[in-house]
Amino acid sequence: MSEFCSCYECENCNYFLDDMEKLYPVNLAPWVPVVGLEVHAQISSNSKLFSGSQVQFAAPPNSLVSFFDASLPGTLPVLNRRCVEAAVMTGLALNCSINKKSLFDRKHYFYADLPAGYQITQQRVPIAVNGSLSYSLCIDNKMSQMVTKTVRIKQIQLEQDSGKSLHDDTRSQTLVDLNRAGVGLMEVVMEPDMCCGEEAAAAVRELQLILQTLGSSQAVMAEGQLRVDANVSVHHPGEPYGVRTELKNINSLRFLAKAVDYEIQRQIEELENGGMILNETRAFDSKLGFMPEPNLPPLILYDAKSLPANMNHQQVINIDWIHERLPDLPSVKREKLVEQYGILPEHSFTLMNEDGLAEFFENVVKQTQMKPKRVIGWILKDLLGYLKEHSLTVKESPVSSYLLADLLNLLEKEEISSTAAKQVLAELWKGEGKTPLEIVKEQKLQLLQDQKELEQICQAVIDRQENEVMAIKAGNRKVLNKLIGLVQRETQGRSSPVLVKQLLEKKLSE
Amino acid sequence: MFNFFAFGFFVRIWVSVQQKVSVEVLDHLEHLALVDFRDAEGVERLQKAIEFADQLHEVNTDGVEPMDSVLEDRCLYLREDDVTEGNCAKELLENAREKVEEYFVAPPGNIPLPKLGERETFLQGS
Repeated sequence: MSEFCSCYECENCNYFLDDMEKLYPVNLAPWVPVVGLEVHAQISSNSKLFSGSQVQFAAPPNSLVSFFDASLPGTLPVLNRRCVEAAVMTGLALNCSINKKSLFDRKHYFYADLPAGYQITQQRVPIAVNGSLSYSLCIDNKMSQMVTKTVRIKQIQLEQDSGKSLHDDTRSQTLVDLNRAGVGLMEVVMEPDMCCGEEAAAAVRELQLILQTLGSSQAVMAEGQLRVDANVSVHHPGEPYGVRTELKNINSLRFLAKAVDYEIQRQIEELENGGMILNETRAFDSKLGFMPEPNLPPLILYDAKSLPANMNHQQVINIDWIHERLPDLPSVKREKLVEQYGILPEHSFTLMNEDGLAEFFENVVKQTQMKPKRVIGWILKDLLGYLKEHSLTVKESPVSSYLLADLLNLLEKEEISSTAAKQVLAELWKGEGKTPLEIVKEQKLQLLQDQKELEQICQAVIDRQENEVMAIKAGNRKVLNKLIGLVQRETQGRSSPVLVKQLLEKKLSE
Repeated sequence: MFNFFAFGFFVRIWVSVQQKVSVEVLDHLEHLALVDFRDAEGVERLQKAIEFADQLHEVNTDGVEPMDSVLEDRCLYLREDDVTEGNCAKELLENAREKVEEYFVAPPGNIPLPKLGERETFLQGS
């Protein structure tokens, strides 16, 4: 939830305005925050963008470095086909126009982890342009209302990653590891269509899910495979955009949201106190330092119509061929889940948001007779609740989809009550290898199957609770719940509340 | 050897044919390229380099697409995504004057040039 959100333009943010006025006595004038993002995603490939050294996280320093990566004289870049395909897939998934001819450039700047003194990128004519990304936000914390927002994608470009610098201040030196130098990146530039930290985080999350679905990037932020730079400014409605500041190399979604909101707040306060927003990276940003990459001809891509007849297949990239093989994107998957299982969009959103949860849910549904609409409650509340509490991923769940389906079958067949099922689940979390049926037998949780015995207990309760019976007969139906509770207690939770209610009502009407 | 021609090419965007190079531009260039223009002769040499590059304007290029490279008609070769290089840390580090446990050693991070008023530079007086 965006604590600092102060924009007046998006419906989502308006909702928090009242809360905010309670938190912050300062009267916030109508400021419109504007947030744009530049996301760098490491391409999931075996080797680097322009050389054959391996791409791998956490290897011995400088062990994954070729002569080209170290920028030794006489070496030349050779483009990796897989990286181009990854960029095309991503461009198509983000509704971009794929440029059939794109160019490579050199961007010059000095830094210890950039041995060549320049980065090969695509500044002038990138591989994909003019796309869009749709993402969802909850209006409130309870996940009951979702809105869909869209952010325009300005372009996607292929570029080299730099090496890593470790700053050793005590010895006044920098240690340089070039393992990451030359790894392929896709830079996804999002237009400033967002207005707060929550929107920025939601957009990046959706991009992350898309990249992971495509397989073009594993997009794990914690491992630096997805890095975000945020551009933030504020202005009054109707006036030109304000000076923007850049928040660089953010590598967690939570920090992204917080940092953006904090910066918006900081800028508003600065401007309201009569100050100015200073942009320190502007000089770095300048258009100087670019030149065409002389060692690489234009990158030409084909489609079904323009496919050349006599070329070696390995040298040809066919956009249409890639398009046909795109997997279902998260948004499509979400709709399919809603359609196929009759669950709510919010449920579908949460299923897709947790790694592996949608699969888990579908596996349970396959193995149980219980209706998906009922299963979803167990997945989202009981399963997910427990996992979150213990900081576990779905993959690490001690309860498998098989076990849960087993349990839900017992419940569906009315062999145990809902309360008993929760008890069994609590036992299953211990991961001691027992099956639900074994636990039910151990703890004697089976529902009483003997109707006669149940009727006797109901009768006994009715006979004892004279006051309550009178109240019910006088018209106070709510008191019936107390009787049901008493029967439950007598049977040690082994009676079905529905059946008990039926029996009691029958007896009371006699 | 600092290539003044290439440098002049970079500066094209900011300097029009008729004007002299302003102090602000020179200061900016000194920051970006870590070049010290030293004295009037250095600045003059830059000015001449720009004028030399300006000769390009004498060619009528109406309707002609700029050429980046003589390779423009060549096919860009696409390599298969196989691991074929690397694992030569020892060899690479042989060239390094200083190293620490398989890391290259560089001076501490970029130290930006002090601002115009605060550093000793020929430009100050201009």
